[in-house]
Amino acid sequence: MLFQSKSSSAALSSMAEERKISFDADDAALLVEELRGRFNLGRTKSYEWRVTQLKGISKMIDEREKEILEALQKDLSKPEIEAFLTEINLLSSSCKLAIKELKHWMMPKKVKTPLLTFPSSAEIVSEPLGVVLIISAWNFPLLLSLDPVIGAIAAGNAVVLKPSELAPATSSLLSNLLPKYVDNAAIRVIEGGVSEASALLVQKWDKILYTGGRQVGKIVMAAATEHLTPVVLELGGKCPTVVDSNVDLRVTARRIITGKWACNNGQACIGVDYIITTKDFAPKLIDALRREIEKFFGKDPIVSKDTSRIVNLSHFTRLTKLLNEDGISSKIVLGGQTDENNLKIAPTILLDVPEDSLLMTEEIFGPLLPIITVQRLEDCFNLIKSKPKPLAAYLFTKDRQLKKKFIDNVSAGGMLINDTALHFTVPTLPFGGVEESGMGSYHGKFSFEAFSHKKAVFHRFFLGDQSIRYPPYTPTKTKILKTLVSGDIFRIIRALVRCFKA
Amino acid sequence: MEEEMEQVRRYFSSGRTREASWRKSQLHGLHRFIGDREDDIFRALLRDLGKSPVESYRDELGILKKDINAALDNLADWMSGKKIKLPLVSFPTTAELVSEPLGLVLIISSWNFPFGLSLEPLIGAIAAGNTVVLKTSELAPASSDLLADAIPTYLDSKAIKVIQGGPDVAQSLLHLKWDKIFFTGSKQVGRIVMAAAAEHLTPVTLELGGKCPAIVDSLPTWDFTRDILLKRLVSGKFGSCSGQACVGVDYIIVQENFAPTLINLLKGITEEMFGKNPKESHAMTRIINAHHYKRLKNLLKEDGVEASVVYGGSMDEDALFIEPTILVDPPINSDIMTDEIFGPLLPIITMKRIEDSIKFINSRPKALAVYCFSTNDKFMRRVATETSSGSLLFNDTILQYAAETVPFGGVGESGFGRYHGKFSFDTFSHEKAVLRRTSLPDFWFRYPPWNDYKLELFRLFYVFDYLGIILTVLGLKKPRPRSTNV
Repeated sequence: MLFQSKSSSAALSSMAEERKISFDADDAALLVEELRGRFNLGRTKSYEWRVTQLKGISKMIDEREKEILEALQKDLSKPEIEAFLTEINLLSSSCKLAIKELKHWMMPKKVKTPLLTFPSSAEIVSEPLGVVLIISAWNFPLLLSLDPVIGAIAAGNAVVLKPSELAPATSSLLSNLLPKYVDNAAIRVIEGGVSEASALLVQKWDKILYTGGRQVGKIVMAAATEHLTPVVLELGGKCPTVVDSNVDLRVTARRIITGKWACNNGQACIGVDYIITTKDFAPKLIDALRREIEKFFGKDPIVSKDTSRIVNLSHFTRLTKLLNEDGISSKIVLGGQTDENNLKIAPTILLDVPEDSLLMTEEIFGPLLPIITVQRLEDCFNLIKSKPKPLAAYLFTKDRQLKKKFIDNVSAGGMLINDTALHFTVPTLPFGGVEESGMGSYHGKFSFEAFSHKKAVFHRFFLGDQSIRYPPYTPTKTKILKTLVSGDIFRIIRALVRCFKA
Repeated sequence: MEEEMEQVRRYFSSGRTREASWRKSQLHGLHRFIGDREDDIFRALLRDLGKSPVESYRDELGILKKDINAALDNLADWMSGKKIKLPLVSFPTTAELVSEPLGLVLIISSWNFPFGLSLEPLIGAIAAGNTVVLKTSELAPASSDLLADAIPTYLDSKAIKVIQGGPDVAQSLLHLKWDKIFFTGSKQVGRIVMAAAAEHLTPVTLELGGKCPAIVDSLPTWDFTRDILLKRLVSGKFGSCSGQACVGVDYIIVQENFAPTLINLLKGITEEMFGKNPKESHAMTRIINAHHYKRLKNLLKEDGVEASVVYGGSMDEDALFIEPTILVDPPINSDIMTDEIFGPLLPIITMKRIEDSIKFINSRPKALAVYCFSTNDKFMRRVATETSSGSLLFNDTILQYAAETVPFGGVGESGFGRYHGKFSFDTFSHEKAVLRRTSLPDFWFRYPPWNDYKLELFRLFYVFDYLGIILTVLGLKKPRPRSTNV
């Protein structure tokens, strides 16, 4: 169009402005190139650089606690103490642990070398991978962003963090604050949604760590294929909780509630998804849960400020759909109230919903707790195994045999006996999934290793070579070679003597 | 095929393969196979690659036997899991890591070490308690036939299957759902494998290749030791499947003033090891097939490359044989210097200063291995800290493949994941974190409703401030005022 009115050209130029602000594949390519250049110059490798960044993050968490709490309140109405426990304190500990242990983690590890390669020495050296991408989730938006970043930095990489756009206040906070506390030349935050994530995913990364849902996990891994980038996928699944009748009911109920409604109101990948218990015990368990829920959240839990809200309307609609499915509402034994204006759903317990219902086939990720009853508790294994392997599985029992059977027969990322979710807070345990709940793991030293390459460095010395290794080959050489491989020291000495004589 | 896999999965679900006795019996079976059928294996390798029995034993059978023995010796230890220390504050909680098999795994092998690259991952998969499908390479048909024939008679055929075939069979297999895929081969096929795995969120290990450089900085002055190093270098190129090895030396970098000496030495050692007529020496394998032969021939035919040949170069298309060939400074952008050679053509690149080799290597994709021959500690340290590769070996070549105490795997474009020894066991396992708690003690402050007092206790718990905890509980220490209001 050669002739444009003033107004349309103004509209076009403002569209162009918008396009400039958003982040496309070219911008992403430039970003990666820039960071890789810095990495190649060795900027992120030194111990001093890594510790400085970690101290910066620690300082940011301490100094900006108020703004962090405000952001989490805006994004999720997350109760302050829950925010402290599950995000701020955990991050702070993670940072402090990395600072304390970094020297030790960075040290090469000497390994024994087999007799076959004598004389030699070998060690395993940890190297940074290069430029890594971390894609975070919305439910623990600060923790799931910065905890992997801590690991990536500790391992000496340059990092790009893409926080979730579904937690915009936290995303914005990270984007504004992080550059003030860490080396912006090697650590960057890119905000945005699907198009920004896609722009980032087509670039060449040395590692990608993604926390989120299965579908996007597949997309991330498929994108990583182009550059043969290794990935860590922290996904989810339906975390089952099996409850035996021989338990301390009060403690069990409290711990279940903590692992469900006090854990971002059920919106947690390791949250209790559903319960399996015996027909006989179910009423007692439901009563105990009812009592403790009232103690925790008051007579009208839906208005309690001690639970997070549902993150947004889309998830609220998804959850109400689960409740509104045919035949479900009659199964509600507690709660069921919803408040669309405040995006709140009351702690809801349902009894024996159909196995093919949405509640029992999809990951709930919300404050709805189905209880499935079985005749004998041993029947729980079939149900659990009929579903994809979850990120966590929980068992409440005093029965030693059942504990053993559970550990031996149920596969999950992690497992807790007589509690829920706590393993997440133990930095000496690897945190990750298996099968559809993910691949790879992190936390503590495992974070350092997730973002490192363990290079085998072998030193060989000049003497002690066996000419039998090389051509020209003779039948004698074969015999001697076989002896060497056997590792039997006497045979080897005899063989070597023969060899030197030859 | 899907039905067959269902059957194998059901067998896995029965729990049989998790038993230590089953795993041991399979490992023993594998050991027996290699022992009983040694002559058949030698014959198959001779047919497929013209590989001498000594090379076959050195590079494949011997290592397999050693690694099976190591797995048998260590199995109980590997299976036993690991107790994890927890801070005092969590007493009496206990934690451990329990290794579980993944389920049904797919191993896709390669043609250059058809027994080694099939059975080495198999050792790990079995030790970890999995059921396995092994897809052998159709480019090594005699080896593939032998494996398909013999494995069912030595191992539990309900749990371990050998499937033969080419790309179409591989494609069909890749459409299925696996609990792990272990692939050895080229980058291009590696991508196809990973893309298929992404569909089912299947974890993969990719053992790819790359151009493994050998930096020759300085050699000992004493002839005896100098020749040892040269033998290692030359054998690391021509002596291991005629250069068709992912960890073989791809090219050499040397300082230009040392180059003429090195080249002469290399020529001498090569002739000493392979004779004046290498084809008759039975010390080299042939090229695997006409396609690769043509590929290598074309590498030499490129402009400027042929002129850089200083030794060898003669080829026999009927015998699919290429003799040890040394080139000096072929054009840097030629295919022979950009593609993985995978053959007995050895370019030597000269540099003004040997330190420039580090920048050169870093400007290229990371390789499966870097080799460095040097007596200079400072230079060796630079190479170790300033280059990245799957592994790094000083003053030898390829040997790291034989050491089961070091992880074997790539980085960047040479792959990801690793195996050998316990690393094989781990690669085919899931390490499940198991935390055991008791009802008591139960910390009341874990639960809502929330208040400052509970928050303070948590602050103290997380930093293991035991004194602080006691004082606060006794009421002798007041909670810190928070920066915001509730």
